[in-house]
Amino acid sequence: MTTVAGTPSDRSVLPITERYTVLGWVRRNLFSDLFNSLLTLVALAFIVFIARLLLRWAFFTAEWGVIPANFNLIMRGQYPATEAWRLWLVIHLLGGVVGITWRLISGQFSGAARILIAIPFVLMLIPFFSMGTRLNLLIAAAAAGAGFYIAGHMPIQRRGRAAAYLLLAYLVVMLILLRGIGAEEGPMPPVQPILWGGLLLSLLLAFFGITLSFPLGVLLALGRQSKLPAIRVISVIYIEFIRGVPLISLLFMGQVMLQLFLPDGFPLVDRVLRALVAITLFSAAYTAENVRGGLQSISRGQYEAAQALGLSTYQSTMHIILPQALRAVIPVLVGQFISLFKDTTLVALVGIFDLLGIARTILANPDWLGTQQEVYAIIAVLFWIFSYSMSYASRRIEQRLGVGER
Amino acid sequence: MKSMRKLNKAGMILSMVIGMIIAACMSPAAGPEVVESDEAAAPAMQEVQSTLSIVQERGKLVCIGNAQLPGFGFLDSEGNFSGFDVDYCRAIAAAIFGDANALEVRPATAKERFTILSSGEGDVIIRNTTWTMSRDTDLGMNFGPTTFYDGQGLMVRKESGVATLQDLQGASVCVVTGTTTELNLADQFAAAGVDYEAVVFEDFDQSFNAYDEGRCDAVTTDKSSLVSRQTTLTVPGDHVIINVTLSKEPLGPAVRHGDDQWFDIVNWVVYSTMLAEEHGITSQNVDSYMDSNDPNIRKLLGLEGDFCAKIGLSNAGCFVDVIKQLGNYAEIYDRNLGPDTVFDLPRGLNSLYTDGGILYAPPIR
Amino acid sequence: MQETHASQVRPPFYRDERVLGIFSQFLVVFVVVGLGLFFYSNMITGLREKHSVAISFSFLGQAAGFDIGESLIEYSRERTYLRAFVVGLLNTFQVAFLGIIFATALGIVIGVMRLSTNFLVSRIAAIYIDIFRNIPLLVLLIFWAQAVFLKMPRVAEAIVLPGPIFLSNRGIAIPWGIPTESWGTFLIVLGAGVVLGAAVAWFLREQGKRTGRMPLITLWFLVTVAAVGLVGWIVLPQPMTLDQPFLEGFNTQGGKVLSQQFMALLSGLIIYTAAFIAEVVRAGIQSVSKGQREAATSLGLNPAQTLRLIIFPQALRVIIPPLTSQYLNLTKNSSLAIAIGYPDLFAVAGNTILNQTGREIEMFTMIMGTYLSLSLLTSLLMNIYNRRIRLVER
Repeated sequence: MTTVAGTPSDRSVLPITERYTVLGWVRRNLFSDLFNSLLTLVALAFIVFIARLLLRWAFFTAEWGVIPANFNLIMRGQYPATEAWRLWLVIHLLGGVVGITWRLISGQFSGAARILIAIPFVLMLIPFFSMGTRLNLLIAAAAAGAGFYIAGHMPIQRRGRAAAYLLLAYLVVMLILLRGIGAEEGPMPPVQPILWGGLLLSLLLAFFGITLSFPLGVLLALGRQSKLPAIRVISVIYIEFIRGVPLISLLFMGQVMLQLFLPDGFPLVDRVLRALVAITLFSAAYTAENVRGGLQSISRGQYEAAQALGLSTYQSTMHIILPQALRAVIPVLVGQFISLFKDTTLVALVGIFDLLGIARTILANPDWLGTQQEVYAIIAVLFWIFSYSMSYASRRIEQRLGVGER
Repeated sequence: MKSMRKLNKAGMILSMVIGMIIAACMSPAAGPEVVESDEAAAPAMQEVQSTLSIVQERGKLVCIGNAQLPGFGFLDSEGNFSGFDVDYCRAIAAAIFGDANALEVRPATAKERFTILSSGEGDVIIRNTTWTMSRDTDLGMNFGPTTFYDGQGLMVRKESGVATLQDLQGASVCVVTGTTTELNLADQFAAAGVDYEAVVFEDFDQSFNAYDEGRCDAVTTDKSSLVSRQTTLTVPGDHVIINVTLSKEPLGPAVRHGDDQWFDIVNWVVYSTMLAEEHGITSQNVDSYMDSNDPNIRKLLGLEGDFCAKIGLSNAGCFVDVIKQLGNYAEIYDRNLGPDTVFDLPRGLNSLYTDGGILYAPPIR
Repeated sequence: MQETHASQVRPPFYRDERVLGIFSQFLVVFVVVGLGLFFYSNMITGLREKHSVAISFSFLGQAAGFDIGESLIEYSRERTYLRAFVVGLLNTFQVAFLGIIFATALGIVIGVMRLSTNFLVSRIAAIYIDIFRNIPLLVLLIFWAQAVFLKMPRVAEAIVLPGPIFLSNRGIAIPWGIPTESWGTFLIVLGAGVVLGAAVAWFLREQGKRTGRMPLITLWFLVTVAAVGLVGWIVLPQPMTLDQPFLEGFNTQGGKVLSQQFMALLSGLIIYTAAFIAEVVRAGIQSVSKGQREAATSLGLNPAQTLRLIIFPQALRVIIPPLTSQYLNLTKNSSLAIAIGYPDLFAVAGNTILNQTGREIEMFTMIMGTYLSLSLLTSLLMNIYNRRIRLVER
């Protein structure tokens, strides 16, 4: 029987020599008694077995040619190649914005910043990238560095607010760049969202899903806790209904039935937007439940103190209750956002070419039939990288804020 | 009060963002704009804008197509749609705009295609769609000329020795859901008194992949698709399409009921490709026919009679544009399915009536 | 509070919270009801004018016309759409039920492994959790179906395990019991065994309360039931015969076949959900304060006893609520079966039936109603259970 571990502080009682030698560590953690040693051997065998299987497959069986050949599809779907410069511009700007924001919020060039700035350089090492791609990545990295440097030399008073405005402006610019503006023949012809695809679309769906469902979720959570019966009932019904049905049914309804609910002659809503609305409405109900958990964790005293100070319900909610409640549920919320990101794959089932949808079209191309393992493995890895970074970042934030410490 | 202002500001910003997104995602002219009519007036006379004028206003054709059927409609590595069906979408665009690329292919699954067409989200379905009576009537479709005569068949492994339906007693059969294929399969096997396991998939790719891996003993769909997919199996030579036809599958374009002009355009664009083949006109040699004396050719090429105006197109050389940019039926066929492709699909029924097929286009006069 | 407030200067009505409250409620109700009516009337007129059909469920009585690959009840193409719907529903139940059981088991194992003092074991569990929590379930399911189960040997070259169990890319064929005439009698005997077991458990419990030494009540209960069952099995003339699978024609015959799609869906759901359950279990165990463990050790309990008697009962209170939502998620996630071809409720009703009939409103009402009642029912049961252990504990 393996014993349930105590906290890492256990080791502090050991003599220094045992605490810090490799052998001591091995003996303590792997071979402390007979049972433990057996476990270690079994675990080792398991690891070797799995690693051999994976490495053999990756280096000998798998045919990776499908990935470079379809790389553009995987990244941006059907977004016209002639307009790809707009996507690069979005990425360059992102670099700049990240640099500036980092300086404004964190102020220093810490370890995490080094990781961020290393990303473009690591990507440049990918063998099949063209020189143009590498150059573009370099520009993004340079933009980040420049942003960081410039922001440090600007007399900005309210740094948090400045960062927020900057992000908002970036959002607007990004949408204009992606969507295009002006005539078909103009410098930036419109690109319909249905042509946005691949990783680009998955990230956009996740990003807007999160930014739109969060305020809605907070409102619903407040509604559910409200003293006003009508608002409470409506919130409860909404939350419980949405949480009771699978997302796929909402997506299907959006695609097949939305037009039925709208009056004749109503302009058609883009299919991507429909999917986004379904994802947002779905996620908001879950966000609401998570936020409610935070609201319930606030002690009565906080409400009473706020009231005693003469704050109105609105003021006490905005300044006293919500900040504390949200802080308490950051880990859960990030978990919710990660699952939203993962849930965007479901749009592939309603014929939208997100990362998974694009994977399926690649596999239908006669040149690449039978490469399921390679394509799906890459898709899984891409999703994994993004959601794992999100959960890693959230853990870091948690540690910094001291949330979740007992 | 200050916080109230802050809230207002936040609200304004938020609504701005939402507005931006909505504005970004709304297709300004993707749908038919129905002119509101007076309720009291005769409801049957609703003034609906014609499909042609919607298409012209929009500046491109929206064609409901397939993204998963090699040879007929799929995404190539550049992200463009190509295939036999897609070429007919391009042909219609060429006739209307003189530009085959004034086209947006709206990929749809088997089940949503009709809903999408009737809601006005697309102008025409060219997506290996079988012409059936119930679709023609219940679903309110009009089917254009058949571009591809097909029949539902069964592919099995050679080593199994299966030749008839009866031999498939107890077998597993892979099939794609949401098609007439699924119902035909059930009907024909029940009629033959054969027990089988239906392994139902949502798309083609999975269905054939499962068959190739040996999950099923047979796979069923239209014979053309069987042929096109056979070449992509691991060992194509190990498989055989048995000589059983489960159903007739005439595949062709479909439009909404009630817009005869639009229906005519689709019909005659398809016919023009067949007529061009009949007269030996190809995309390469079309210019040399411009001084032809044959009245049939002169009418097809818009040199006589102004037939394009009869279907509402101002471009007198509407069929010339089709032939120049897409070619005649044989060229379209060969480009996508012919001997130079992996499919190498024999023309069979899809030859001109003069070559023993059943392609017989009415004359232009 | 309100009174003292009112006795002073009353605020103007537009800042009076009560007035504002009533007003905002009216506004919200008005907007919600208005939107609802707007959508509803559009739908009704749209249906009448465009499709000239009215909402009706009578089509459910018509013959379905299509076949379904696997079914727990008898079904053929002549049966009605309603029957097809029920087939899908039962398939969903089946996969959800088995998925919950196995995911819980695997989740607990991995959660405990995660807390093991053995570095390697704990790392393996951590990597498992980090990998599967961060890959979309849909990608996992498709990968599992196409890259794992389809790559198993063909049925003719099936791996035969003792039993015999046939492993192939069509699925897994296992021996299965077929009840005979005496099966009913056997069930009655077994029922009697359960009653007897309960009595034994009650007796032991009372005795335990008196002596202060709690025996393994669950174990004794199971032993009693098994003993009675065994006696019944021996005495009665063969209540069940064993149907062994064998290879004939295209497929294995006899026994019970768990199809490739079913296995892919089930294992995908289990592997994915287990990663989440493991985290729930870990958090639950860690929520029990260190003092409890130390107290148990100082009382002379061994690690296994500590885990079973001290840690788990307390951890359970923390574990149950998030565990419930994992169970619900698993059930709803089973609707992704549509992507790999398993005929669950959503695939049959939302895809095939909807397709063949074009009855969107009706089918979606039925599908959503079913999932909704399923999930409300589960939360109800779990709430009752949750309340029960709370009462026992306090």
